[in-house]
Amino acid sequence: MDRTLIDLLLLQGGFNTTLVTVGAALLGAGAGVIGAFTLLRRQALISDAISHATLPGVALGFLASLALFGDGRIAWMLMLGALATGGLGILATQWIRDHTRLREDAAIGTVLSVFFGLGIVLLSHIQTLKSGGQAGLEAFLLGSTAAMTTSEAWLIAGGSAVVVLATLAMLKEFAAVCFDADHARALGWPVAKIDLAMTFLLLAVLSVGLKTVGLILIIALVIIPPVTARFWTERLGKMVALSGVFGAVACYFGAALSASAPALPTGSLVVLTAAAMFSVSLLLAPARGLVAHGIRLTRFRRRLMLRQALLRLDQGEPMVPRAMRRLIRLGVLDPEGAPTAFGRAMARDASHDHLLWTRYLARHPDEAFAVTGWGTRPITEVLSPDQVDALEAIDQ
Amino acid sequence: MSDVILADFLTIDLPAMLAGSLAALGCALVGNFLILRRQALIGDAISHVVLPGIVLAFIVTGTIAALPMMLGALAAAVVAVGLIELIRHLGRLETGAAMGVVFTTMFAGGVLMLERSAGRGAHLDVQHALYGSLEALLWLGPTDWASLLRPEVLAELPDEIVMLAAVTGSIIATVVLFYKELKISTFDAALADALGYPSKWIGVGLVLATGITAVAAFQAVGSILVIAMFICPPATARMLTDNLARQIWLSGGIAVLAGVLGYLLAAFAPQLFGTVGSLNAAGMIAVVAGLMQTLAMLFAPRYGAVAQSGFVGSLKRSKT
Repeated sequence: MDRTLIDLLLLQGGFNTTLVTVGAALLGAGAGVIGAFTLLRRQALISDAISHATLPGVALGFLASLALFGDGRIAWMLMLGALATGGLGILATQWIRDHTRLREDAAIGTVLSVFFGLGIVLLSHIQTLKSGGQAGLEAFLLGSTAAMTTSEAWLIAGGSAVVVLATLAMLKEFAAVCFDADHARALGWPVAKIDLAMTFLLLAVLSVGLKTVGLILIIALVIIPPVTARFWTERLGKMVALSGVFGAVACYFGAALSASAPALPTGSLVVLTAAAMFSVSLLLAPARGLVAHGIRLTRFRRRLMLRQALLRLDQGEPMVPRAMRRLIRLGVLDPEGAPTAFGRAMARDASHDHLLWTRYLARHPDEAFAVTGWGTRPITEVLSPDQVDALEAIDQ
Repeated sequence: MSDVILADFLTIDLPAMLAGSLAALGCALVGNFLILRRQALIGDAISHVVLPGIVLAFIVTGTIAALPMMLGALAAAVVAVGLIELIRHLGRLETGAAMGVVFTTMFAGGVLMLERSAGRGAHLDVQHALYGSLEALLWLGPTDWASLLRPEVLAELPDEIVMLAAVTGSIIATVVLFYKELKISTFDAALADALGYPSKWIGVGLVLATGITAVAAFQAVGSILVIAMFICPPATARMLTDNLARQIWLSGGIAVLAGVLGYLLAAFAPQLFGTVGSLNAAGMIAVVAGLMQTLAMLFAPRYGAVAQSGFVGSLKRSKT
């Protein structure tokens, strides 16, 4: 299996599989890029309503193409149906939110479950037809690339590419709205139209990706990559780019993995790959990650403990054994616990530093609260020499 | 001949209607509080995350007995709530995004485990997990109405229905017993704390109740349609009244009505149109619940969109 997986990752799995894998990567990139904006607009969970609302559309698309062409599995008909009812789902969610006393969460829940219920009813109707080809519809629930035809794969790759390009073309508009919608409106940006374009691209990418990832899990594609990207950067442009890359990697890897063995549902693998990247970021990201946070916290605690111990030493007050052991290790105290000459100088410095910090707080309370490291870092590291000199000069 | 039809009805249709209505009733009662607390999507998240718990319990015990599954699902729900809080806190994310990360990941894990263990010959599969198996419930034993209450016939009730009845019964009992606490903590958490009701723990209890109902209903109607049961009946009732007690009563009635009507439509509507087979009952129950909610949102006497717009609406608004 490993050998095959490597083949598949290197796009050596035959033309169709390669097309599917590349198409999936494009899909992931599109979802990641548009997802970054919807996350910032706090519309993450609307995608859940949209994706579930596509199911009746897929079923209706199947019935329509069966009636028109005698074959229910015409990919673009199914996609069109998904777009139609997905769009209806968006309108219904917004209508309930804006025109009834029910809140957005109830609106999303209503739309996703009722549209999904309708879809299931239609699917059960399709099951009773004697047309054949219904089996493929199950793939829309949990995603499958196993039996994907070449034309489907082209449609997915092409549709995703269009979404990526359209999003890139509107990058400036989206960024303006995401930063500060009111400000953008005041500057004359057509905010409502930009929002609409964003929502439409979201709908498009969700509809395009249904077959690959499945409608229940596809919301993960527009949430997890942007959230992961958030851990690595605070800058919008970087976040959008990273989110696209994460999405592409997740889909690429998930699709290749699911092609490597039977009974590996594509949607699950894509989501679990994305979740793995998320977990790594949660742990290791330099600014916001758990490990970095832990290290910062430990350093801060140490610095605080050392400073408290030195101040107590200067005052001749007793200190906790742990702090004492640390001071002995640093050579501030000798092994018997008596201060060394170096230690006395350190304690005096700390005490003086604290005095300056106290003066700073008394003279400039607002700045003192805003400054990082008040009373924990040497004042000369935080304030400019001029400021420190001014504090030294007080009361002399 | 009519005896055969009645026996069929009692064996096939009655248990499905019972299960559908009980599931809808239990979920709707809990849903009233979820909606008022703006936590409707917790029902969504929990109905997804119980899947890995149920599958794990199945893989470990090898059976689809109710108790281990319930425990597995509850454990999964607790893990999910913890993870959501952790991610929200660490990533400084909005709750919706944190929820999206957690429930999709756990659901994906559940589906993967389910697919990988599918060969082991148990009737737990992805489709049942998604949209339930109301139609598979059979009550072997009753032959006519009078026989329904005979002990040996009652003993044949499907396990799922017994569990649903027990869970829905305890939800009813909980709502009745703790009505005051639930009400105060829902509308004014600070007041509840001041009065000595621990609003935080009441919230945790509500999440647990949501989990328990979701699992009990899960087997009958599947993981997605549980959400319709949680949200639609209470939302419909909320359109109709401002009084919480009345809203709860209404939502219960609406839920049972949706359960019965939805099942009947799914089972018998195709025959009316001259086609064979039946439609998915759980899906139809959700559709009926959604239709009732739509009617209420449009035509509710006071809060409906029609009443709120135009002359009548403006008069009413000016009075309040």
